[in-house]
Amino acid sequence: MKIAIASGKGGTGKTTLAVNLALRAAEFAPAALLDLDVEEPNSGIFIQGRLIESRQLSRQIPQWDKAACTLCGRCTQVCQYHAVLKLGPEILILPELCHSCFACSELCPADALPMRPRSLGLLRHWQSGKLSFVESKLDIGLEMASPLIRQTLDYARRDFSDAAYQFRDCPPGTSCSMIAAVKDADLAILVTEPTPFGLYDLSLAVETTRQLHKPTAVVVNRHGIGNDDVYGYCAEQDLPVWASIPNRREIAEIYSRGGIIYPEVPEFRLALDDILARLAEQSVQT
Amino acid sequence: MKIAFTATGTSWDATIDPRFGRTDYLVFYDEDKDELTSVDNREIVNVTHGAGPKTAQLIYDHAPQILITGNGPGGNAAAILNRTQLRIYLGAGGMTLRQAYTAYKENKLPQGG
Amino acid sequence: MKEIVIISGKGGTGKTSVTAALACVSRSRIMADCDVDAADLHLILQPRILSREDFYGGVKAVIDPAACVNCGQCGVICRFGAISHPNGNYEVDPLDCEGCGYCQQICPAGAISLPQQKVGQCYISDTRLDCRLVHAKLDIGADNSGKLVAKVKRDARQTAEDGQLDWVLVDGSPGIGCPVISSLSGADFVILVTEPSLSGLHDLERVWSLTRNFGIPGGCVINKADLNPGVSALIGGFLARENIALIDHIPYDEDFTRAMTQGISLVEYDPQKWQPRFARIWSHITKELT
Repeated sequence: MKIAIASGKGGTGKTTLAVNLALRAAEFAPAALLDLDVEEPNSGIFIQGRLIESRQLSRQIPQWDKAACTLCGRCTQVCQYHAVLKLGPEILILPELCHSCFACSELCPADALPMRPRSLGLLRHWQSGKLSFVESKLDIGLEMASPLIRQTLDYARRDFSDAAYQFRDCPPGTSCSMIAAVKDADLAILVTEPTPFGLYDLSLAVETTRQLHKPTAVVVNRHGIGNDDVYGYCAEQDLPVWASIPNRREIAEIYSRGGIIYPEVPEFRLALDDILARLAEQSVQT
Repeated sequence: MKIAFTATGTSWDATIDPRFGRTDYLVFYDEDKDELTSVDNREIVNVTHGAGPKTAQLIYDHAPQILITGNGPGGNAAAILNRTQLRIYLGAGGMTLRQAYTAYKENKLPQGG
Repeated sequence: MKEIVIISGKGGTGKTSVTAALACVSRSRIMADCDVDAADLHLILQPRILSREDFYGGVKAVIDPAACVNCGQCGVICRFGAISHPNGNYEVDPLDCEGCGYCQQICPAGAISLPQQKVGQCYISDTRLDCRLVHAKLDIGADNSGKLVAKVKRDARQTAEDGQLDWVLVDGSPGIGCPVISSLSGADFVILVTEPSLSGLHDLERVWSLTRNFGIPGGCVINKADLNPGVSALIGGFLARENIALIDHIPYDEDFTRAMTQGISLVEYDPQKWQPRFARIWSHITKELT
């Protein structure tokens, strides 16, 4: 079962939940955790394991073959992203703007724009007990996360068929990178905090998971810091709240030193077990 | 020398548009012929991403030696402009073209790029 | 009229709270929320919408079933898996389509068009702070862009000019791509809001290199400064080397969350504590610009 753990915005405790949930699940059966927040993955801080694989991933970008080119300029007309420019006698490719659609390359009448691999990011795979952990990090300066997320999901699809649960720590927000991470998941858990900002961002995330037809559950983090409006919202929207994690300073402290929370905080472990029980029910139903 | 300005209008009294990629107009002054011409860049408002490179292409096609602007080009546009001999002068945002030209001639504008 | 842009690299530093607080202590100003992906300023300002406009950005492919001859070429060349024929007819899934137009180029029947997409709405609103707010909301799946930020800023500048106002306060976009470039272009001053963490410093360096290339003077506010004095000091060193004014360092304070929970700015929440501090920050900025 593929579970996307997402939130409308950063800072709600999504990574904390994903890491702790995956480790707890892995105590009982093989599980996988994918850190898909590829711009700034940080769940690796919490997990010690044996490095299994380190792989440089790439995407295809057109490369100009000056000798073959007739300077007809068709490539510049075809490209919708202004990533291919003709500057006098020279064709310039702007990799940052390229979406790797292959149009310019395949429509070039002179075959002067062969597609060549260009570094995209680094995928690393660790094993920690029964947990397979994969983290992908976008190369510095690159903006487009979706291609790296898709390749990471492909890797997981091939390599983790025995994991009962595949947890995905998704990018924050609701833009195309979050959608790439959630699109083929079986279920989404949205982490929120009980404040007006948290509720508003939750509503955006719910709109997104609904549009993707994903069964959605909510986990309220730092219960007690704001108000209870979020529970009213969830009731209205028929969203099950699978856990309410209280606001405890010790949780923040353990987090800040890179520690795992549930072995030290019983309330937190109970919350995780509640979530795992709900996931088990869901598995039986599907 | 041919001088390009990013501008909000097309005359010497128009103000310098501090933006590069999304500038409303590019105005060119040919010093030898004492001639002012301009290109309307306002359809750039429809460009979602990559406005800088698109405007940089325009600059390239008109081949000025000098560009006088406000903040200067962003990364992608700069990558294109660096392939030319163009010298870029910054800090003219808000001045009229006439004032900006004078400031450039008096060496009061910092060079960028 | 001068434009002040407030940016922060990544989220969670308190940028929006700082922006709202500055709006409280200043006069003759208008606000623009360019942080469209995570637009939170309106939660503090509770705007009353005065005018709205649909916003178009990007294209998606659409197949006209009447013209389609079912050759399947489009499905073959689409690199994003957006084209399928679930009910016999070829169709494009707009969620997967990236608007590259390749299918349109090769369709032998001319059955594919690339219409502009409505991706959101732009608003001009009034707020209780006697300050207009220009903001936008993106539809699901749509991304912020340089174009949208440019529109929000243009509307803000126009509104400021019409009202003969002196200042435009812009809550800027995160990152270093097109939206933040668009946020920064035309700015007269940049406030960098950061927090003392290593990733905060890293993001600060990245965003400063962009700001510096634009030649825009800047100042820094370190929020939650006492959470990690070591990194705060590192940031101080960076600021000194780059000639960025350290405008203020604010100790970690639950007021940020409490004020936000009540939907008001820090200055409204506890005027005695926050008014003097932000008035000082504001006067530092206005002195730089006059």
